[in-house]
Amino acid sequence: MEWETVIGLEIHAQLNTLSKIFSGASTAYGAEPNSQACLVDLGYPGQLPVLNAQAVAKAVKFGLATGSKVARRSVFARKNYFYPDLPKGYQISQFELPIVETGKLEVVLEDGSIKIVGLTRAHLEEDAGKSLHEDFAGMTGIDLNRAGTPLLEIVSEPEMYNAKEAVAYMKTIHTLVRYLDISDGNMAEGSFRCDANVSVRPKGSDKLGTRSEIKNLNSFRFVERAINFEVERQIDILESGGKVVQETRLYDSVKDETRSMRSKEEANDYRYFPDPDLLPVVLEESYIEDIAKTLPELPGQKRKRFIDEHGLSAYDAGVLTASRELGDYYEHVVERLGSDPKLAANWVSGELAGALNKAGLDITESVVGPEALADMLGRIVDNTISGKIAKDVFEAMWSGEGTADEIIEARGLKQITDSSAIEAVIDQVMEANPGQLADYRSGKDKLFGFFVGQVMKATQGKANPAQVNDVLRKKLAG
Amino acid sequence: MMHKKTVAEISRSLQAREFSSVEITRHLLSRIDSLDKNLNSFITVTADFALAAAAAADKRIASGDAGPLTGVPIAHKDIFCTDGVRTSCGSRMLDNFVSPYDATVVARLKDAGMVMLGKTNMDEFAMGSSNETSFYGPVHNPWDLNTVPGGSSGGSAAAVAARLAPVATGTDTGGSIRQPAALAGITGVKPTYGRVSRYGMIAFASSLDQAGTLTQNAEDAALVLEAMSGFDKHDSTSSPAAVPSYHGSLNESLEGLRVGVPQEFLDEGLDPQNRAAVEAALEVYRSLGATIHPVSMPSLALSVPTYYVVAPAEASSNLSRFDGVRFGYRCENPVDLVDMYKRSRGEGFGEEVKRRIMTGTYVLSAGYYDAYYLQAQKVRQLIAEDFTRVFKEVDVLMGPTTPEPAFELGAKTADPITMYLNDIYTIGVNLAGLPGVSIPCGFVNDLPVGLQLIGSHFSEAKLLNVAHRYQQETDWHQRLPGSDYE
Repeated sequence: MEWETVIGLEIHAQLNTLSKIFSGASTAYGAEPNSQACLVDLGYPGQLPVLNAQAVAKAVKFGLATGSKVARRSVFARKNYFYPDLPKGYQISQFELPIVETGKLEVVLEDGSIKIVGLTRAHLEEDAGKSLHEDFAGMTGIDLNRAGTPLLEIVSEPEMYNAKEAVAYMKTIHTLVRYLDISDGNMAEGSFRCDANVSVRPKGSDKLGTRSEIKNLNSFRFVERAINFEVERQIDILESGGKVVQETRLYDSVKDETRSMRSKEEANDYRYFPDPDLLPVVLEESYIEDIAKTLPELPGQKRKRFIDEHGLSAYDAGVLTASRELGDYYEHVVERLGSDPKLAANWVSGELAGALNKAGLDITESVVGPEALADMLGRIVDNTISGKIAKDVFEAMWSGEGTADEIIEARGLKQITDSSAIEAVIDQVMEANPGQLADYRSGKDKLFGFFVGQVMKATQGKANPAQVNDVLRKKLAG
Repeated sequence: MMHKKTVAEISRSLQAREFSSVEITRHLLSRIDSLDKNLNSFITVTADFALAAAAAADKRIASGDAGPLTGVPIAHKDIFCTDGVRTSCGSRMLDNFVSPYDATVVARLKDAGMVMLGKTNMDEFAMGSSNETSFYGPVHNPWDLNTVPGGSSGGSAAAVAARLAPVATGTDTGGSIRQPAALAGITGVKPTYGRVSRYGMIAFASSLDQAGTLTQNAEDAALVLEAMSGFDKHDSTSSPAAVPSYHGSLNESLEGLRVGVPQEFLDEGLDPQNRAAVEAALEVYRSLGATIHPVSMPSLALSVPTYYVVAPAEASSNLSRFDGVRFGYRCENPVDLVDMYKRSRGEGFGEEVKRRIMTGTYVLSAGYYDAYYLQAQKVRQLIAEDFTRVFKEVDVLMGPTTPEPAFELGAKTADPITMYLNDIYTIGVNLAGLPGVSIPCGFVNDLPVGLQLIGSHFSEAKLLNVAHRYQQETDWHQRLPGSDYE
């Protein structure tokens, strides 16, 4: 039988507010355990939550950016369960009335085609603390620094049909939240993670199969692997006549497998009810309009503009809009260069990306800034140097030898465009290689490359390649 | 004697240097020392803190930097967090809990210069109507030591009635200020929901809880309430509405005041003598120029069952934080996490608290939520609408605070429903978020009973004015519970 996979994702994006969603404690990552947990976060008797307005504004931004319905009235609810790193014995979340409802997201798939994925909802909630099982023999440590950190839980419709689509969707959200500056998207620190709901059904069926939920996937690679493992597992069960059990599973990245965490029967009854400590969040029209005005150009819009106005390929446009900072860098280069956006795109996504990658640096930490790169590219455009020499110049710039012009000057890399000088060199080369010349003239066309190489060698690569080709062809012909 | 003075009188005496704050504080501490053995109205007496605060207050008075409450002693219900002082909430669960911060109510009164004498006894987590569920033992009513003082603010009521403190704070979720005030013969004020910050007040039922005062009379309530009230950025449900001068309007005329009397409050459940006392009070109001109008509020009959769904539901969640992990009671030698939870909570909470957690958990459970919690919220809305409707026709509602005077210790502990019915007249006010006041209006079998005044939202000034004018005409509030307290 042929099977079809159905995937829905619940993405948890940590909102990059300075303080927590219901308290004034800092959200900075990596502090000493429990040094950033105030009495509210510790769930002390008599403490009350007070909603962080910034968290609301960021959720609204997300809603507007995805064309979702931003609820004029949303309600915080308590999700009740006992766990040592959940200080109050309940998590404040949103249940029946979330702040963002029903939207749509354009996702560019690997092959460049566009898929629309429906968003079910996005709601605000607080994160829990961490239980530390290592370092405490026979005991568990509790770190509540993370408790109360604001999260936006973004729930998709079950509309993705393979792991790659799910990853593309997750990457699109990841790019978007960073564009909007609502989350730092740092997956290693857990600021961006997801739960994947996976089921399979016979191809052509319109009924969803029984799903399992894989918890806490914090890298794109893990999402892809975990889903693929889970799909295989479920198909194996079904093909051997078994039934998939609805359950929560964990992905083990070391063994590359998922395993059962708890079944539906063991699931908590969360006893959701509206939190009486918090008023409903009522948003005025003018408030939403003000936030709409602060929205930056979104990745999709930027991608289209790069294709339509800069003439970039869909692929290059996709690469350059993967992050707001990369797009900004590229646009700075183009702006200063004043022409040749394709050249700029090739260099930003080629040499520069390679150098950054090798050095383990982010675009914002680039050794060569957009102005310096643009000035160097300007020397290609005005024929001062060739594209090949430019690579050496760039390398020298990267190692701090100075500006493009300084390096060109100091190393004498200025391209030779004087045709009489080029002719002189060609004459010397022909003279020095009579055998090859004779062979060429008797029909060995392939030796043309040999002569180009000799001329470039003699000029240390500085001769204008187009001119060399031109003159050489005439002279060799005799 | 100093201890018989009201807050207003003490304030005047301190200003006139008739005695110092240290002197009256010492005097009251020594009365607590000798008289509270029989009453058990205090869980913790903070003598050292009190004397230091009194000395500081005397300096403020001497330097001319004093407000009307500077140097006046007060007792706080042990539900309010007090920095550096045990805050037990009447429970074994918090017997070892020393709060690291002050509740907003405590902080504001401290800033006003009031001197905390100690923390008063209460039903465990404010769950009870007789002060018999306290881990620290029951409080005895000074009017008859065999009877209860009411609850849950029973310690505060007994302390003020016995003149161990001129004023005490209380909290009222279903009647916990008004009912004990009635049974102890004093004045109790439960303000509008949101008028006083709940920050630092250990939550029982968050949508119903409200802090207020227990005093000898309405004038004192006006003075203290004014200092307690107002918006607090730490409590999202506190109202931003400005606090008027409660004291300034106390003497306004009641000519033309329209008094509504819900007929449902005068049903067969009301003790006939208690009813007679209420009717006599209405006559006093008539003589002050008020007109009396019978009104009908049919939904009030549903207030007790509604309350006993909503309040336990919220409590079951509010009390989840008491898990033995970070503070409070933890059982000995837990074998694993579940064992720690079960035994810490099983041993740390008393019977009534556990009963309400169970009830609340049940009504919020999948499959029962709609039938109980959601239904109760709808009825709650009906009750609120009933009040809104009658307040279009009358200015204030009056009726009994309780069905009967103080009952004997142990009389109702075996049957929770009988106990719950003691709050039948007070609960509707909480469900609707309204202000309510109980003032002494007579005696039944030598025990005090109360007249309840109910107003529309944020009508505290009017209610205190209405209560004060009555107290100008009567002396029920000046009666003392026996020669020990003279």
